[in-house]
Amino acid sequence: MTVEQIDILLNGDEAAAWAAKDVHVDVVAAYPITPQTIVVEKFSEFVADGIVQTEFVSVESEHSALSACVGAAAAGARAFTATAANGLQLMNEILYIASSLRQPIVMAIANRAPSGPINIHNDHTDAMNVRDAGWIMFFAENTQEVYDTIIQAYKIAEDPNVLLPVMVCYDGFLISHTAERIKVFKDPKDVAEFLGGPRKIPKIELMGKEVELSLNPENPLPLTFGPLDLYDYYFEHKRQQSEAMQHAYAVIEKVNEEYAKFSGRKYGNGRVVPYRLDDAEIAIVLMGSTAGTARYVIDELRDEGIKIGELRVRSFRPFPYMDLERYLKNVKVVGVFDRAQDQGMQGGPLFLETRAALYDLASHPKVVNFVFGLGGRDMSPELLRTTMDELIAIKEGKKPVFNRKYIGVRE
Amino acid sequence: MIEQKWRPNLFELAKKPSLFTSGHRLCSGCAAGTIVRMVMMALPNPERTIIANATGCLEVASTIFPYTAWKLPWIHNAFENAAATASGIEAAFKALKRKGLWKKDIPDIIAFGGDGGTYDIGLQALSGAIERGHDFTWILYDNEAYMNTGIQRSGSTPFAAATTTSPAGKVIPGKMEWKKPIGFIIAAHMNAYVATANPYYWQDLMKKVRKAVLYKGPSFLHVISTCDRGWRFDPSQSMIVSKLATDTCLHPLWEFDPETRTYSLTDRSLYIAKHPDQKLPVERYLETQGRFRHLFKPKRRDDLIKEIQERVDKEWEYLLKLTGFS
Amino acid sequence: MSSTKPGWKEIPIAGIPFKSALEYKTGTWRSFKPIIDDKKCVRCLLCWLYCPDDSFIIKWSEDGKRPKQVLVNYEYCKGCGICSTVCPTKAITMIPEGEEQ
Repeated sequence: MTVEQIDILLNGDEAAAWAAKDVHVDVVAAYPITPQTIVVEKFSEFVADGIVQTEFVSVESEHSALSACVGAAAAGARAFTATAANGLQLMNEILYIASSLRQPIVMAIANRAPSGPINIHNDHTDAMNVRDAGWIMFFAENTQEVYDTIIQAYKIAEDPNVLLPVMVCYDGFLISHTAERIKVFKDPKDVAEFLGGPRKIPKIELMGKEVELSLNPENPLPLTFGPLDLYDYYFEHKRQQSEAMQHAYAVIEKVNEEYAKFSGRKYGNGRVVPYRLDDAEIAIVLMGSTAGTARYVIDELRDEGIKIGELRVRSFRPFPYMDLERYLKNVKVVGVFDRAQDQGMQGGPLFLETRAALYDLASHPKVVNFVFGLGGRDMSPELLRTTMDELIAIKEGKKPVFNRKYIGVRE
Repeated sequence: MIEQKWRPNLFELAKKPSLFTSGHRLCSGCAAGTIVRMVMMALPNPERTIIANATGCLEVASTIFPYTAWKLPWIHNAFENAAATASGIEAAFKALKRKGLWKKDIPDIIAFGGDGGTYDIGLQALSGAIERGHDFTWILYDNEAYMNTGIQRSGSTPFAAATTTSPAGKVIPGKMEWKKPIGFIIAAHMNAYVATANPYYWQDLMKKVRKAVLYKGPSFLHVISTCDRGWRFDPSQSMIVSKLATDTCLHPLWEFDPETRTYSLTDRSLYIAKHPDQKLPVERYLETQGRFRHLFKPKRRDDLIKEIQERVDKEWEYLLKLTGFS
Repeated sequence: MSSTKPGWKEIPIAGIPFKSALEYKTGTWRSFKPIIDDKKCVRCLLCWLYCPDDSFIIKWSEDGKRPKQVLVNYEYCKGCGICSTVCPTKAITMIPEGEEQ
C-alpha cells in the first residue's frame, strides 16, 4: 500500500527544495548560482514561514557552502546544499574531503556548462569534472525523479555500509526551470518514516570503546576528523572509500525497491532504466532529460520495425558496468550520447566508461559516441533521429564505425 | 560592556587534565604549543567544546595519523574554510536543539587558524562567518609567514622580514609591505569581540579567551606566536622574543567591545601607555631574530630600522587615540 | 613498508586516528635537557605553564593545595629551553643530552 500523495506543479529546482523540506534537513548552507537559484530561494521561503526548523546558512561562496555542510554533518546533522557549474568547481577540493570524512551530505546539481566562455545553460560537463571525487552521482530525467531521488539519496548515503555523500544531477533550465505536475507526499512525516527517523550516526570502535562517528562532545572518546596522512596510511584510507562505493550498487537497488513500495514509483533497477531493450539490435545509452526525447523517437522507429531501445544510466557513480554488460550484450550497435566535453579524450566520458564496461564481453557491440548539447544547444527529436539513422546504417554495414561525432554544432 | 570576572589561578589550572597532550610534533620551542595549552586551560566549558582547525603547523603537527594530541572533538577540513566549518557546526547544533534532538547547551566552538588561514586564504570565510554572527571564537596563532610550507611570506609578515618568498637579497631587503591590520579589519565588522594577546602575558591571554568564548557572538583573538624556526632564534628565547613584541608596541595588547564600540588597552600595553618611558625601541626586538639579520649585518640599515620605528610609533599613536590616551 | 601496520579492514573508517599522541615519545628529539635544581625551585609552575609540550610532572602536597615538587617529563621534553629562560629563580640549567651533571 503506497503512502498518500498529492499532485503539485513544481519545476526541478522547486522539487529539489520540496524534497529537502520533506526530508526536513537540519542544515542548508548554500550559495546561489543560475540555474539552481530557485532551490535556495524556495527553501528560504520554507524557513521564513516556519514550515521547517532547518538552520539556513547564507554562506558567502560555494566553497564555504560545502565546508559548512561538512562541519554540520560531522556534528551530526542532516545537511543539504545545491550548486552548478562554477560553484561545483569552486567547492572541488571539499568534495573529496566530504567523501573521505564519510559524511552523508546530499547535494542537488542543476547541471550547467562550466565557464568559459561563461554560459548558464545545460550540459553535464560540470558533473563530469567531479566524477572521481568519491560521491555517488545520480542523473534525473524529470522533475518527479529529482524529488524522488533526493529523498532516496539520504537513505542511500546514510546506509552504514555506504556512508558517502550523494549528488543528484538534473539538467539546468530543461528540468530546473520546467514546471511539471508531479506527486509529492502529503505528510512529510511519512518521508521521515521512510528514512527511519532522524539521522542515525554510525558507531565505530575506537581504542576499545564504542563511539559515535561525529563531533559529539558526549562521546566517551573525543574524535579527531581530518588528520594528516603520510604515505603509510593514505592508500588504506582510499581503499576503504572504494569499498564503500562498491557497496553502493546493492544499496541503490535496495532503496529503489523500498521506495517503489512506498511511492509506487520505480526507476529501473535503481542504477539503469532500460526501455524496449529485450530484443534490441541497436541501443542508445544516455543520461538526463534527453532520454525522454529519445524514447519518443525510439517509439517512432519501432513503429517502422527498427529494433532499437534505450538504456538510461541513472546512477553514474558508482558506474553500473554490470548492468551495461547485461542489457547490451546482445546488441549490435550502441550509440552513447555525451552531453559533456571530450577535451583530449577518445570520446566523451560516458562513451569511454560504456566501452570499458563492454570490453570483457566475448563479443561486444560496436560502440560509437555522439557529443551533443554543449552549453544548452538544443537536441530536437529530428536531430536525434539523424543519429539513430546513423546507428541503423552502421548496423547494416552501410557506414563505418567511428569514435565520436559532434551533433548540433555548426561546422 | 562585556564583563568577565574569572581570574586564572595557576595551581587550579595545573590540576586540570590536559586537552592538548604531549607527543605532538610541533617544533621544539614553538609558541603555538604554549598558546594552545593556555587556551585549553582557559576554556569555560571544556567538556562541551569543539574545535575547527585550519590547515597549518598546528593542525598538521598535532594529528599525524594514527596519532592525535587532541582530547576534545576536533575537525580539520581544509585550509581556507575553518570559519565555514565552524559555521556549519554551530548551525547543526542550533537546528538539532530546535528539533529537540540535542537536549543540552550548544557546545562552545573554537576555530584555530594561522596567519595563512586567517589573513589571506581564510579571510573570506572568516569575514562571512563574522557577518552572519555565528557564536564561535576564532583564535589566530600568528607566526607571521606560511610556516608549515616552509616560511613563505603572508599578509601578516612584518615589514623588512626575510622569508623564502621575500628573501633579503642584494636589491630588495625582505618583504616591503606592512603587516595587514587584521584586528582592526575584524573589529570593523562591528559584530565581534576582538582582542590581541601574547602568551608571555598569560593572564591577559587567558582572561581574553574566557571572555571571547563566553561572548554570545563571534570573537576574534589575535595571538602573536613566535617561531624559532622561521624567525631564526634559539628555541629557548621563544617567550623572551614574544615579550619584546609587546614591549616594543609591535604587538600591543588591546581589546574591542562591539557593544560599546570602544577599544581599550590591557595589561602591559596599558602600563606602557601610562608610563611611556617603558616603551622599548623596536631595535631590541629586531636584533633577536635572524629574519631581520640583514638590517644589522653586513652593515646596519639605519634607514629601514628608522622606517620601522616610525611606523610602529605612528600605529601606537593611533591606538592611543583610539583608546583615549592622547 | 612495515608489515606490522594494520590493513584497511582493521583501521577505523573516515580517517579517524586511533592512537593518542602520548604514545609518541618526543623526548628522543632532545639535544639539550633541562635539569631542575630542586633547592632553587620555588614551585611557581611557570616552567609547566610555558612549556609547549606539557612536559612537566607536578607532584602535589598531601592536602592537594600546593605543588610539592616539579619534575621534567623526559619522555616528551624536546629540550627547547624555554623553561630555563622563564624560571624566575634560575633553577633550571640546560645541559647537553647524554652528559650527566
